[in-house]
Order: sequence, then structure tokens, then C-alpha cells
Amino acid sequence: MSGELTHSSLGSMSYDPAPESAAIARLKPEYGLFIDGAFTDPSSHQQFLTLNPATEEPLASVALASSEDVDHAVLSSRRAYDKVWSKTTGAERSKYLFRIARLIQERSREFAVVETLDNGKPIRESRDVDIPLAAAHFFYYAGWADKLDHAGFGPNPKPLGVAGQIIPWNFPLLMAAWKLAPALAAGNTCVLKPAETTPLSALLLAEILQQAELPEGVVNIVTGDGSTGSALVEHAGVDKIAFTGSTDVGRLIQQRVATSHKHLTLELGGKGANIVFEDAPIDEMIEGIIDGIFFNQGHVCCAGSRLLVQETVADEVLRRLIRRVDQLRVGDPMDKNTDVGAINSAAQLARIKELTAYGEQEGATRYTSSCSLPDKGYWFAPTVFADVAQSHRIAREEIFGPVLSVLTFRTPEEAVAKANNSNYGLACGVWSEKGSRTLWVAERLRAGVIWANTYNKFDPTSPFGGVRESGFGREGGRHGLEAYLNV
Amino acid sequence: MSTAPLRLVSADERGVQLPSAATLPSIGTEVQLKALLSGLSGVDAVGAEARTAKLATRSLKKSTKLAAIDLAISMVDLTTLEGADTPSRVTSLCIKAMRPDPNDLSVPSAAAVCVYPDLVAHARAVLGTSSVAVASVATAFPSGRASLNVKLLDVREAVSAGANEIDMVIDRGAFLSGRVGQVLEEVVAVKEACGEAHLKVILETGELVTYDNVRKASWIAMLGGADFIKTSTGKVTVNATLPTALVMLEAVRDFGELTGRLVGVKVAGGIRTTKDALRYLVVVNETAGSAWLTSERFRFGASSLLNDLLMQRLKQRLGVYVRPDEFSGD
Repeated sequence: MSGELTHSSLGSMSYDPAPESAAIARLKPEYGLFIDGAFTDPSSHQQFLTLNPATEEPLASVALASSEDVDHAVLSSRRAYDKVWSKTTGAERSKYLFRIARLIQERSREFAVVETLDNGKPIRESRDVDIPLAAAHFFYYAGWADKLDHAGFGPNPKPLGVAGQIIPWNFPLLMAAWKLAPALAAGNTCVLKPAETTPLSALLLAEILQQAELPEGVVNIVTGDGSTGSALVEHAGVDKIAFTGSTDVGRLIQQRVATSHKHLTLELGGKGANIVFEDAPIDEMIEGIIDGIFFNQGHVCCAGSRLLVQETVADEVLRRLIRRVDQLRVGDPMDKNTDVGAINSAAQLARIKELTAYGEQEGATRYTSSCSLPDKGYWFAPTVFADVAQSHRIAREEIFGPVLSVLTFRTPEEAVAKANNSNYGLACGVWSEKGSRTLWVAERLRAGVIWANTYNKFDPTSPFGGVRESGFGREGGRHGLEAYLNV
Repeated sequence: MSTAPLRLVSADERGVQLPSAATLPSIGTEVQLKALLSGLSGVDAVGAEARTAKLATRSLKKSTKLAAIDLAISMVDLTTLEGADTPSRVTSLCIKAMRPDPNDLSVPSAAAVCVYPDLVAHARAVLGTSSVAVASVATAFPSGRASLNVKLLDVREAVSAGANEIDMVIDRGAFLSGRVGQVLEEVVAVKEACGEAHLKVILETGELVTYDNVRKASWIAMLGGADFIKTSTGKVTVNATLPTALVMLEAVRDFGELTGRLVGVKVAGGIRTTKDALRYLVVVNETAGSAWLTSERFRFGASSLLNDLLMQRLKQRLGVYVRPDEFSGD
């Protein structure tokens, strides 16, 4: 019947490759650390390679900061705090932040290319989401720097001092912005540790900081692996640790700082429930489910990785969802028409494969996109599991990949119970045309962020963060200042 | 009115092609029609607009762009709908539709020439046996403010003068005041009056305002037998937009899946550039699918668009832009 015809033909017009130019990145072969406002000599450090996950080819060699290097960085930030930044007025700090925001905008194309090369995410996303949002965060907190008295924390709130900030690989520049902008606005100095597999955009940001003439030492950037992050967490000169990453590492960090004076905020994993009621606006809801789980290859801590759909519309939703999944353009992240890019690393790919294998073993019905995958690089075809039960591992563990688990419910109570039956509590989505029901459900969900009739929407004015094993503390909005003020 | 049977009940007997009864609930009364319409999923305006904004970032290059430009040319309903229209202007338009670029015969001809009913006979005579169709607006276009009898007479005269396609307007007053049965009856009656001619039903989405209304009006038109649903007359402030086209394409896709009958979509008003046209084609491709990537199922109601398509076509081939005067004004 014609249903077959339209199914098979949806989105089938081929688009010729429309690649962005990799040369725009102007990558250097080797990078040192960014300490005291200058790059150190690369040859003075042990080096490691950062790869393009779409090709497995090395992009650049990056310094692996030793505990000695971390010590230099922390001392630099301490000096900058004591001598300069703590004496810099809010209005002055604001100027620097505005400058950084504008410079990110000016060099946004370069940032987008670097981010896509290093991370594997589609250029459309780095261009339209990551980079504009990173600039927006600096703009937003630039506005707060001279208004801290009015942020609701009492008169003249004080900064914490030196903040050690450890960020993940899924949104490298954006996470750097989420960490640096509020910390600097509040008057702290920072030591930023980018993720091992995605250090390049932070190093480009270091150039921006130089361009903006940010006083030396106010931000130090130390690239490296887990040992570097560990040295930063352990360092006695750090007053605050802000970490975004996995729950396992977050737990370790919390144990390590437990007996110290250090302040801590954690933004960890999630297993977000996207709850679909039968009266949801169906076409936009399908798009929302797609954005919820396939945005950034599902490498999103707040991803809507569990779809809870009302039984009455489950078949219809699944049929439309699978048709849409088949339509996703998977491949070269540098192609402007790519929807789903490369998995960030071999290790992450192995983890996704392991968990999806459990999904099949435990009896869920697997649907995998028929897209063809490139021969080289780390790739995983968008996948949907139907007939998933609450007890399946794929319904409980964070996969952090383009894999959706579909469960059903009958009543709003059941939807809430299933959504909350998780150790995590970062984000949920509710889809319904009925406002009263949306509010009823949202009130009962245990999650830091609830989206209504949308998913994965971010804005610097809106606080973001989790409850339970998804962490604590908020980033974004007025609330985001609290993480960097002694209040 | 609400329980009075609609004329649709006997539509089959009158030979009007209707969706198969097996796949659609029977609609004998306005109450049943309203039940069907209220069963349609709502449209989230923010989401629909976000979707088309995202699709608008698709980048068509090289052979894709060339193929899309040719496809767009073949989908143009070259239109002139002015009180000041003259036979010679229509002649010029017809010749241009048949052979858009006299210097390059590989350029496909346009789909149709769209004129007021009094110029149909003239257009028919100029176009002769060419593949270009004569489309005529009718039913008291653009306001639709006339009695049904006047509208039907308007249609019959256009058809007998040689129109292959009729672009009717729905009664927006009836739709907005909830008299959806009347809207459906009119579409059914006009479809009948069209005979062999294809029927395009203009929803005038700028006056329906909400996407929910656009979806409902799309379904009424399709239930009434429309061969095409069309966005607008081009005579009001808001004409075709990408999100409106998206909602209409979703409607024809869903209707096709339910009934097996594939209804076309025509976007009209304000589409002037190749860039605009290609964005619509991307939305068609990714919403309704390739079955709609043909002039049988997708049209642009436009006039100046054709010259821009021709100019971009040459740009793709020569690498440089030619002067706009290279192409005839219509």
C-alpha cells in the first residue's frame, strides 16, 4: 500500500557532499599548556595525541600535564587571585567577559570546525548550538559580574578563590564556558582541565583569552588524562572543584574532597525519561524524541534515553519514530547535512556495543537504522529498542550513545513511577497538549530539568543540574553564581 | 445544521472520487466531520517552526543543486493574477512557461500557467498541445465571497474554456465560525464541477492563522476530493511559509498512508528566490518523501521565481552570474 511507498521514500533525495573546510581549524602540530597567560614549550611535557574520531587520524599532539604542571597552574591562579582578580571590580571583570564572548562569536567558524574535528559531532550542531551557546554564556555572566549584590545572596558576596574545573568531552567548548563564565563573573580564578579526547577547543579558547588580554593566571588550562584531573582535585591550593562527567568519577571526587575545605559541585550522568501522552502534538513530539536521544550522538548527560509512551499510541509512535530514525543522515561530521556524527572514542564505542548487546540478550526488540557507516572511525548506527522492561540494563544504565529504550505506560501515575525509578535525576520531558497534566506530572518528577513539549533546549538564563546520582549544584542562570560564591 | 446529513453522503453516487470507506471513518454529518477533525493531533507551533528552521540549514551543492533547480522549474505554476492582465501578457507567460530559457532547450518547461478565468481560453490557444497546463483560479477568487451557484458557474466556465486545473478558495468565514460541513460541501461540489480538471484547494493559511487550523482545513480539503491543497492566494499579508508547508505536507503524507490517495501541495505567494524554493524542496523531501518530488504532487505558485531559478541554473553551469535582463520579464 502507499504507506510502504511513502515510508521507503522519506528523505531519500540524495544530497551531494557539502563539507566544511578542515583548514579553517589552523591546528598546530603540538600544543603546550596554558599557564600564566602563555603557552608552555610543548617539548617540556610528555605528549599525547588527540584523534579525529571520524577518521582515527591524529589531529595534534597535546601536553599531558604532570602533577608538577598542575601545581604551577594552581599557584599561578592563586597569585592572579590574590594580586589582581580579587581587586578587579565587577564592572572590569564584566568587560573581559564581554570581550571573550565577542571574540568567540568572531571566531565561531574556526571554533566549530575545531570542535567537530576533535569531537566527531556534526558541524551543523557545533555551528548552530555549541559555539553560539558558549558565547551566550559569556555574554550572560558578563552581565552579572557587576550586579552580584542583587543576585539574591546578600550584600557583597565573596568569591571562593581558585576553582579547579574538570570538563567532559561531549560539549568541550560549551562546558568550558559553563564553568569559566560564572566563576570569573563571581571573581574566582580558574584552572580548567579539558577532557583527554577533546582538548583542542579549550586551547583555542586560550588564544581568545590572550586576545582579550585577560590578566595572566586568571585562567590556566591544563590538558591531560585522568592523572591530571586527579592532581587538580588533590591540590591543596584549590578552593573549589566543579566537575562534569560520569557518576563513577564524580563519586570518587566527592570521596577525595570529603575531608577537605573544598567546595564541590557535580554534574553527572542521567537516564532521562521522555514521557509521551496520547494527546501529544505527534509530529513535533517525534522530532523531540529524535533530538532528545540522537542530538550529539546521544553523548548528552540529559539525553532522553528512555521513551515512556502511553500504550494507546505506542504502536503509532514507534512506527513513526523508526521511519524518522531511518531518515537520519549518519556520516562525515564535517558535512553540513550530517545529522549524526562519530562516536567520540573507541572506549565509548565499546561501552555502547556492550550495553546494546545486553539489550538484545535480555529480550528487547532491536531496531537499527539501515544507514551505511564509514569504514574508518568510530561509528554506531542510531538504534531503538522496543519492548524494554524497567529491569533491563538498557533501561537503567546510562549508555551515552545513540540508543533509545522504549517503554510503555497506561496512567500518569505509572509514567511518573517509571520515570522516577532510576538512580539518576537530571532531566525529563513531558509531551502533552494538556497543560494541567503536564504540570501534574512535572511536579512529581525527580529531576533537575523538566522540558514540556520540547527536549534538549539550553539557555544561559536557565539553571541546569541534577538530583540524586546526577549530582548537585546548578549551572546557568542566577543559580549558577551560587556555585562560585561563598554563600 | 450539526445533525443534518451532508451532501458528501451521496458523493460516490455522483461519481466523485473519495477516499476508500474501509480506511476512513464514514463522514455523513458535520458532527462526524468535527469528531474526525478534533481527533487530529495538534501542532506545536514552536516545534514546527524549529523543525523548518533546522531543515532550512540543509546545504544543496553541485549536482544536487542543479537537479533541484530543474525540478523546481518543472514545478512552477507561472502566475499572473492582476486586474490589469492583458492577452499579450498571458501570451508572453505561456511562451515562457513552455520554453523558460530560449537559449537552452534542456531547461524543463513549467508545470502550468495560472490565470483568471476570462483569460483561460486565450492561454489554452497559445499553449496548444504542449505539456504546460492551464490553471485557473475560480470560485470568486481571492475572497470566495459569493454564493455557491456563482462559484460553481465560475468553475464550469473556466473548465469549458479549457482549464486543466482549478484553484478554488475555501470559505474562510465558514471555517473560522465552525461551519466545517459547509466548507466540505463546497469542496465536494466544486470537485464535481471540475469534471476531468484537477482541483487545487486554497486554504488561505494567512487567514486561518494557527497551524492547527491549517491541519484541519487540509483534511477537509482532502476529504472533499482535492487533488492538491494550496497555501494561499498571494493576495493577503501572510502567504506561504515553511512551517505552513510542513504542516500541509504532514497532512498529505498521513492522508496518503490512511487512504492510499496521494494529494499534492502547492505553495504560493512570496516565493521569489531559488534559495526559498530549494528550502521548500528539502522540506518536501524530508517530510512527505520523494513521492512528492514531482510536479504531479508539488507546485510553486510564482512569477518572478522562474527567472531567479534560470539565473542560478546558469550560475551553476557557467560559474558566473548573468545579467537579470538576460531573461525576459514575464
